[in-house]
Amino acid sequence: MSVRLRIFAAMRQIAVEQGVTLPPLDNDLRLHETGFDSLGFAILVARLEDDLGIDPFTMSEDVAFPLTIGDFVRAYEHVPA
Amino acid sequence: MSPRETIALRDYLGPHLKGRTISDGREVVSLTDILGESCLGGRLSELSGRSVLLAATDQLISGLAMIEIDGIARRMLLAPHDLDTDHVAALVADAEIDAVVTDHPAQWREAGIGLVVAAGLPAAAAVAARTERATEWLMLTSGTTGVPKIVSHTLGGLTGAIVADGPTQGQAPTWATFYDIRRYGGLQIFLRAILSGGSMVLSEPGETIAQHLTRLATRGVTHISGTPSHWRKALMSTAIASFAPRYVRLSGEIADQAVLDGLKRAFPTASIGHAYASTEAGVGFAVNDGLEGFPAAMIGCADDGVEMTVRDGTLWIRSTRTARAYVGKGAAALHDSDGFVDTGDMVEFRGERYHFVGRRGGIINVGGLKVHPEEIEAVINGHAEVRMSRARSRRSPITGAIVVADVVLADTASDGNKIRDEILSNCRASLAPHKIPAVIRFVPSLEITAAGKLARHDV
Repeated sequence: MSVRLRIFAAMRQIAVEQGVTLPPLDNDLRLHETGFDSLGFAILVARLEDDLGIDPFTMSEDVAFPLTIGDFVRAYEHVPA
Repeated sequence: MSPRETIALRDYLGPHLKGRTISDGREVVSLTDILGESCLGGRLSELSGRSVLLAATDQLISGLAMIEIDGIARRMLLAPHDLDTDHVAALVADAEIDAVVTDHPAQWREAGIGLVVAAGLPAAAAVAARTERATEWLMLTSGTTGVPKIVSHTLGGLTGAIVADGPTQGQAPTWATFYDIRRYGGLQIFLRAILSGGSMVLSEPGETIAQHLTRLATRGVTHISGTPSHWRKALMSTAIASFAPRYVRLSGEIADQAVLDGLKRAFPTASIGHAYASTEAGVGFAVNDGLEGFPAAMIGCADDGVEMTVRDGTLWIRSTRTARAYVGKGAAALHDSDGFVDTGDMVEFRGERYHFVGRRGGIINVGGLKVHPEEIEAVINGHAEVRMSRARSRRSPITGAIVVADVVLADTASDGNKIRDEILSNCRASLAPHKIPAVIRFVPSLEITAAGKLARHDV
């Protein structure tokens, strides 16, 4: 499974757990429009670190937290695992 | 108080009480005969009025030395077997130690302490010792970092709860504990054994839980104490089936309903009680109704001379059983101006009872919201397939921290994914969203500290 699909699978799992209805996931969707709160993203980042072995937002101090789904996925794709 | 009125440990022993013993995994020593013997090679009189560091590796020799030294030395500092050698110099200075009693004298010759007395198994003594004074009992707090604090107790304070409980009904008890008797929780049980006219079965380093349980059964242990973590481990062992104590006691950590119910199933005819005590606050109380938490009516009243109050969610205790003071240069005050000791343990009022929720110092901050790991563990431990669990903080770039949980299953062959979903569902039913573990990991075991508590540092 690609990094992108693994991220989406983790998001869908968290959405079920949190009772959040996710809109269709595409690159332009803004993160605040996903229905996730900061706790939801904190859980997502922790689980992706366990799944993918990286946390791009802690590894480098100058990584700004992304605004869109596309930015979010790129942050994981562009970090050497 | 004149020396005539001073009671020391030896005054609870005597040849009229037959068949009393203290044992570990290797030796059985008669307590009936102990007053005519010495484990110090007859050198007890050299310790008269001294400040003694009791630094025996062996727990049995430590217990016998306590009986001998109490009432003779000015002070007795109980060193746990895992005392960090880097801390010795500071502790010796703060406690004004001028003698050491040890089963490894060669290791202490160069320590700069004036008098080194070797301790071993007891042998007949030329003269029976007589109580001279009330010895100050010094113990170390079990903090995980830095030099431990020295806490000062009297034998009267240490035994206050035991005297208040009165004599044990029926035959004299044989006590045992999973604790080391050089820590407060274990010392309480050692003192209970001495004062009750009964016997004592010590823990043995390196022994497996199954070997330990088998030995407890063989030695006829009737009364036993441990932390909830000790008991969760014991409940995992099939050897527990051979053991049938009359009284089971938990202390040192929060006793949740799951561990109380587990013990009730394992020991259907035993009384099961959980006690609240700490090195600084002494024994607060025991609860024997089989339910977690304690009745709200216990707050504000002064039963048995123990008065408890809740300030900003934290339990404070005032009683004659609290420690007297911290000892040493620049030592902090142990009591507030009203004589209350801050336990650092936080409680929450629910229904008719107060429930312990965790240590004030152990709070995890999730995006500004507070979480006690213990309250999450209580929910996770409520799952029938879970033996024990640890909730802990994990750093998060988004909320600063999140909560994750390590879980030990009763049966490692269980379907982890199904149990994970059920645990999360239980958590969602009873905990706020920020308290629900973001990640649940199944682990084969969890580390228990020397003090018998779940290790909370990151591994």
